[in-house]
Amino acid sequence: MLKFILKRLGASLGILLAASFLLYILVINAGDPLGDLRESVSDNREHLMAQRTEYMNLDQPWYGRYWTWLTGVSKCFALQCDLGTNIQGQNVADLLSVAASSTLRLVVLATVLAAIFGIAIGVLTAVRQYSGLDYGVTFLTFLFFSLPVFWAAVMLKEYLAIGYNDWIKEPGFSTPQIIVIAMVFGFLMQVFLAGSVKRRLITFAVSAAFVGVAIPYLVWLNFFRYPQLGLVGIIVLSLAIALSGTAMTVGVRNKQVLYPALITVALGIIMYYATFSLLQAPNTWLLIGGGILAVGIPGAIGYFMGGRLRKVAMWVSAFTGFALAALTVLDHIYRAWPGFLKLKPRPIGTIGSQTPDFVGGFWDVFLDRGAQLLLPTILLAVISLASYSRYTRTSMLEVGQQDYIRTARSKGLSERTVIFRHAFRNALIPIATIAAFDFAGLIGGAVITENVFGWKGMGEMFATGLTHVDPAPVMAFFLVTGSAAVLFNMLADIFYALLDPRIRV
Amino acid sequence: MSGHQDNEELKGSSNMETEIGPDGQPLVSLAEVEDAELAQKDSQSMSQGQLIRRRFLNHKPAIISSIVLVVITLTAFTSIGFAGIPGWWNQSYLKSAELINGGAPTLHLWPTWLGGQGFAIGDHPFGQDNTGKDYFALVMRGTQKSIIIAVVVGAVATVIGAVIGAVAGYFRGWVDEVLMRLTDLFIVIPLLVLAAVLGKMAGSASGSILTLAFALGLLTWTGLARLVRGEILTLREREYVAAAQAMGSKTSRVIFKHLLPNTVGVIVVNATFAIAGAILLETSLSYLGFGVKAPESSLGLLISQYQNAFTNRPWLFWWPGMMIVTIALSVNFLGDGLRDAFDPRQTRKAKRRNKKELS
Repeated sequence: MLKFILKRLGASLGILLAASFLLYILVINAGDPLGDLRESVSDNREHLMAQRTEYMNLDQPWYGRYWTWLTGVSKCFALQCDLGTNIQGQNVADLLSVAASSTLRLVVLATVLAAIFGIAIGVLTAVRQYSGLDYGVTFLTFLFFSLPVFWAAVMLKEYLAIGYNDWIKEPGFSTPQIIVIAMVFGFLMQVFLAGSVKRRLITFAVSAAFVGVAIPYLVWLNFFRYPQLGLVGIIVLSLAIALSGTAMTVGVRNKQVLYPALITVALGIIMYYATFSLLQAPNTWLLIGGGILAVGIPGAIGYFMGGRLRKVAMWVSAFTGFALAALTVLDHIYRAWPGFLKLKPRPIGTIGSQTPDFVGGFWDVFLDRGAQLLLPTILLAVISLASYSRYTRTSMLEVGQQDYIRTARSKGLSERTVIFRHAFRNALIPIATIAAFDFAGLIGGAVITENVFGWKGMGEMFATGLTHVDPAPVMAFFLVTGSAAVLFNMLADIFYALLDPRIRV
Repeated sequence: MSGHQDNEELKGSSNMETEIGPDGQPLVSLAEVEDAELAQKDSQSMSQGQLIRRRFLNHKPAIISSIVLVVITLTAFTSIGFAGIPGWWNQSYLKSAELINGGAPTLHLWPTWLGGQGFAIGDHPFGQDNTGKDYFALVMRGTQKSIIIAVVVGAVATVIGAVIGAVAGYFRGWVDEVLMRLTDLFIVIPLLVLAAVLGKMAGSASGSILTLAFALGLLTWTGLARLVRGEILTLREREYVAAAQAMGSKTSRVIFKHLLPNTVGVIVVNATFAIAGAILLETSLSYLGFGVKAPESSLGLLISQYQNAFTNRPWLFWWPGMMIVTIALSVNFLGDGLRDAFDPRQTRKAKRRNKKELS
């Protein structure tokens, strides 16, 4: 395995090197970097030209410039990256570290969301092949495939962001609006839950009625400006999660799984009070550490109390613990929301990765970043979600025709076990490759998204660099995307070997 | 995707409930019944091409998309004319005019009994831009250019991809190794990045959209090359290839006459998807400023020029965007239909299983 990985790594590095050479040559031949100065009439023209020549090593021949760049990059192995200077003499390595953090935040979040929802939708459509849901989703995925990103972005800005910002000033719904929302929600619920006509009608009626009652109640509470979860909300929701987790795996009668989950809920409620003042002004490390503890301790409880069903108990407890931690965080975010609205009356931003000169507590800054991140993430996620769901569907359908699926069905396994244990795990194998390509591609695609939303990210760095025929930023961008592509392909290969024991090269 | 194709193919054997011969006389002997049945079956047998064509014609979204595409293409090329030939639309995309009603579109489709103004086309169905140019003519001009770019990119990418894939798959060994590493080289650089660099080069070199289209075609062949290589790797082990080689056919003849025609399904399907991808790629590049430049026009350029007009004059933004979505969506559905027609395995099996479950 190690030999295989090393061999792959060697080949990938060779390709990366060749690609960097190709791209460098293309970029420096894409125009005249001194073009604007040649036409300028200012007095210090000569001086400016000499300065730019020095910044960009224009006095060297093309191979010399590439060699200088390459030796600078090779210092990265000694953790002293020298990516050269851009057209204004700024150090590109410093620019990159700032730009990469905002781009990666966007792309990682979008990829994770797209993969989770895309795979879920893909499985659902494959299970319900040729249903109304399948046709609807197929049409939507084709539509998303055909959307120009920037066009969709302007629409999102106009209808989602500006619309919401206007609405949040005085949130409310008119009666026709509530009826329409209830109808749509009921319709969607019956499409997703499916079943016989009678069951569909019941689903539709119940969910529509629920929305019809819930919305006026929330408006009456002024929930949209002063959201609250409260202790009761957290207890009810976490109990529901613990019980349904147990019910879905082994059934609520099974004490070995139920008790650890319930103990987790009790512990979580205690921790909610214990950490209350701490979480009102936390920091990132505290949240990460708390999250790890919230999964680890319930896992340990499940391990010691689970007995014969140790594995299931661990999963259920850990999931409950995680959900409780998420609910606690959500509660604090809710508490911070009214203050945040005062600081920023129009919450959803359309320009930039953070509001300039924004001052506030941890949660305020958190909400601000989140609100700025919302639109670009939706956009990127929706578009790559389309390809995930499409590939998952194809892959699931292909696996569904295999003999071992028929065997599993004929030996009387439940449809859920057949789909998730037998079909889904095997269908994941090709998806791993696509996820690897998709992530690298998404960083490339972020160029447009960043341009539309005015983010100062890597994509912007690339676009400005190319406009000025400035190789250093362009190559820095390529360095990140190229390494990401190589790295993720490698991870996909390893993941392959883990998922499919037959692949051991 | 259509549900009828199976039933029609199965009909042959069940047609003989009333045993009446071709001449209208009731049949007596069993042999005659069988003969008649066979005769009827023979009339139903079809060639591979006919099967594919019928499966395609049964694919409703694909047929609708083809019609939409033909209509759009014809409208774009005949309305404002092409290559010096004048069209039937009386406005020019170059001539500025006085703004009428703020340049709002004069196209009305909402009937009067619903509170609209009835059906009317008016002088400027798509409105006018801020200097009063007729926006219908501008959009048609952009559509022409986008279609030309897409078709050229599709053609160039398909030819390169098919040839490289076929050569790599046929020769294997070091040729395969070199060509596939070359493919990896193009895959490792994000497409948009490479396209932007080449687009800028093409733009500063000549500024013609054909140069841009050729440059984009040089980048988008990688997927097809991999697919064709995979197909050829299995096809080259077939007997007819060995036979052709034994009879002394030249290598080029084996590849182009015997191997590539058998991969036509993969090639055709991918060519359509390449065209859809090329339309979107061109619009993205023009939007970023690395594609089509100002004196020329394209749908992406129109959107990027008027994106700030959205709040005041949304039609400047809507029409080119809708045009891109419609074209790309139609081409994608067309490709989907072609794929079902050329490779119907998946749909068939699944349907049979469903039928069994029902019965």
